[in-house]
Amino acid sequence: MGRIGNWIREGQIWGSVFRHGVPRDRRTRAMAILSNVFLHLHPVAVRKSGIRLSFTWCMGGLTFFLFLVEIVTGVLLMFYYRPVVEYAYFDIQGLRAHVTLGLLREMHRWGAHAMIITIWLHMLRVFLTGSYKPPREFNWSIGVILLVLTLLLSFTGYLLPWDQLAMWAITVGSNMARATPLAGSEGPLTSFLQIGGVPLVHAGDDARFGLLAGTFVGPNALLRFYVLHCVFIPVVVTVLLAVHFWRIRKDGGISGPL
Amino acid sequence: MTELLASGSGSSAIKELINKLCEPHWFLIISVVLFFVFLIGYRTFTKPAIAGTIGALSTLAFLASCTDPNFVKIIQKADNVPIVMMMMSVSFFLWLAFRQAAVNDERMEKGEPLLEAGADDKVLVWPDLVYIELICLVLFTAFLVVWTVVLRAPLEQPADPNVAPNPAKAPWYFLGLQEMLVYFDPWLAGVVLPGLIIVGLIAIPYIDTNPRGNGYYTFKERPFAITTFLFGFVILWVVLIIFGTFLRGPNWNFFGPFEYWDLHRPMALLNTEFHDIVWIGMLGKALPTEDWWFIPGYLIRELPGILVVGAYFVIGPLALYALFFRKIYRQIGFIRYNVMVMLLLVMMLMPIKMALRWTLNLHYVVGITEWFLNV
Repeated sequence: MGRIGNWIREGQIWGSVFRHGVPRDRRTRAMAILSNVFLHLHPVAVRKSGIRLSFTWCMGGLTFFLFLVEIVTGVLLMFYYRPVVEYAYFDIQGLRAHVTLGLLREMHRWGAHAMIITIWLHMLRVFLTGSYKPPREFNWSIGVILLVLTLLLSFTGYLLPWDQLAMWAITVGSNMARATPLAGSEGPLTSFLQIGGVPLVHAGDDARFGLLAGTFVGPNALLRFYVLHCVFIPVVVTVLLAVHFWRIRKDGGISGPL
Repeated sequence: MTELLASGSGSSAIKELINKLCEPHWFLIISVVLFFVFLIGYRTFTKPAIAGTIGALSTLAFLASCTDPNFVKIIQKADNVPIVMMMMSVSFFLWLAFRQAAVNDERMEKGEPLLEAGADDKVLVWPDLVYIELICLVLFTAFLVVWTVVLRAPLEQPADPNVAPNPAKAPWYFLGLQEMLVYFDPWLAGVVLPGLIIVGLIAIPYIDTNPRGNGYYTFKERPFAITTFLFGFVILWVVLIIFGTFLRGPNWNFFGPFEYWDLHRPMALLNTEFHDIVWIGMLGKALPTEDWWFIPGYLIRELPGILVVGAYFVIGPLALYALFFRKIYRQIGFIRYNVMVMLLLVMMLMPIKMALRWTLNLHYVVGITEWFLNV
């Protein structure tokens, strides 16, 4: 076995993928991190206290991992699910009844809930260790926006099964937009926005209409939430995640006493 | 059904008592008291033996509650499972953080190095960190797979715009906001206050200029920052979510954890307006309706409320400065102080409005319904 292993590791194919030897000494271990596009999110060396599990709780890492789980399961679900009122509910039912690995819907949903819990705990840990303090102020802000986007991802996904739970949760949630000051048809001060008695902001063009593409949670809202859920918000999150990770490195890595 | 009703209406006095203690005002008061007791005695309560006992007792209480059919019905509702998990993990990690804070604070008093000491001790990411990550990932994947296989994701009847469920609830992580709707109009509860939560969170590092406590667990070195943040997170977010999911039933009525969700419980809420209290109750006059010069009558009617809210935000910062915040003001300066106090006052609007509702049955402090501008 050892000889076959050596033969593979010394061959041209292996050597073209991994530019360094087996990570057994300091130099090759550093190379293992430096020369790998995924692992180079990390620095080569970190503070000893910073990797204790009781310090980090690994919650940021788990949140990112869950984001990846959501992408993988979500893409697989997209093969099957159609965001059309006539089909949506029955596609979800079909996932349960006769799709191989239809269980991925369960994983997608529970993973989403778990992600919300882990991201809250991540924020709690960062706060309680004072890790938002200089030089990490800006990264905390990015993190807050990522937290909001995570909630929005979950909220937009909530509608897609198109069952009673989905429709009415989104109805309750989106009704709030109607009350946006100056931009919602029932918001404070909106009544002043009128020309000659004709209201400029009404149920047909207010913030809620923008959110639902209609005055109620209907087919347009389903399509809109689908696009927001599957494309728009994930892309924004991905960009901000890149900034978030990059800034961790640039701001001095995992925090610790100065 | 009758069996449910019988056991739910309190066959035992303990359940009756717990139902009583879970009424919104008691529940919140008890949570706040426990919160401060924990923060004051954090060094004692986080000792492994004591924390372990508390944990074991709460687990036992939870398991005992699971013998009650109404309780089981609530926790088994679609999507309520993650909330139980959230409550447990938040409690556990709060303990973990405060345990380390207690140890660190004690060490600092004795002049010993912190748990996180040794800034120069570096280890290589490969293998030390990469392996920890891998193990976390594998364990969590196993957990997620078990959860996936054991629990079905909820799927109710197909969406029907003509059949509104009662109660209609937002996703669980927004139920703190939905609970705010009981006390505030949607423009505040659903738009302005959530917006200010986000702004406030982003503002934290720019307001808190305290250089200590950066990169290690401590409570003693930054008691005000931690207390304020945790009050917002634990009391005004997590506790309100528990409220909204477990204790709010049909018609958004309140139900104890061992109560049957009776659709026909009456909503006996007769709210009082602040303008009624002032004009009719205190001054003994009718509500003013006449316009005065160019000021419409409804603004004169709401003048007392406008003055009260204005005073809250104008006198509040001054009063807080005079009473508590002189030192903080010196540390952070004029602009930071004002931003911080404004955010603090906005945050405290919620408990204040709750208290006013429970004591005076107050509906609006300012009720300019003509503009949809109600506070």
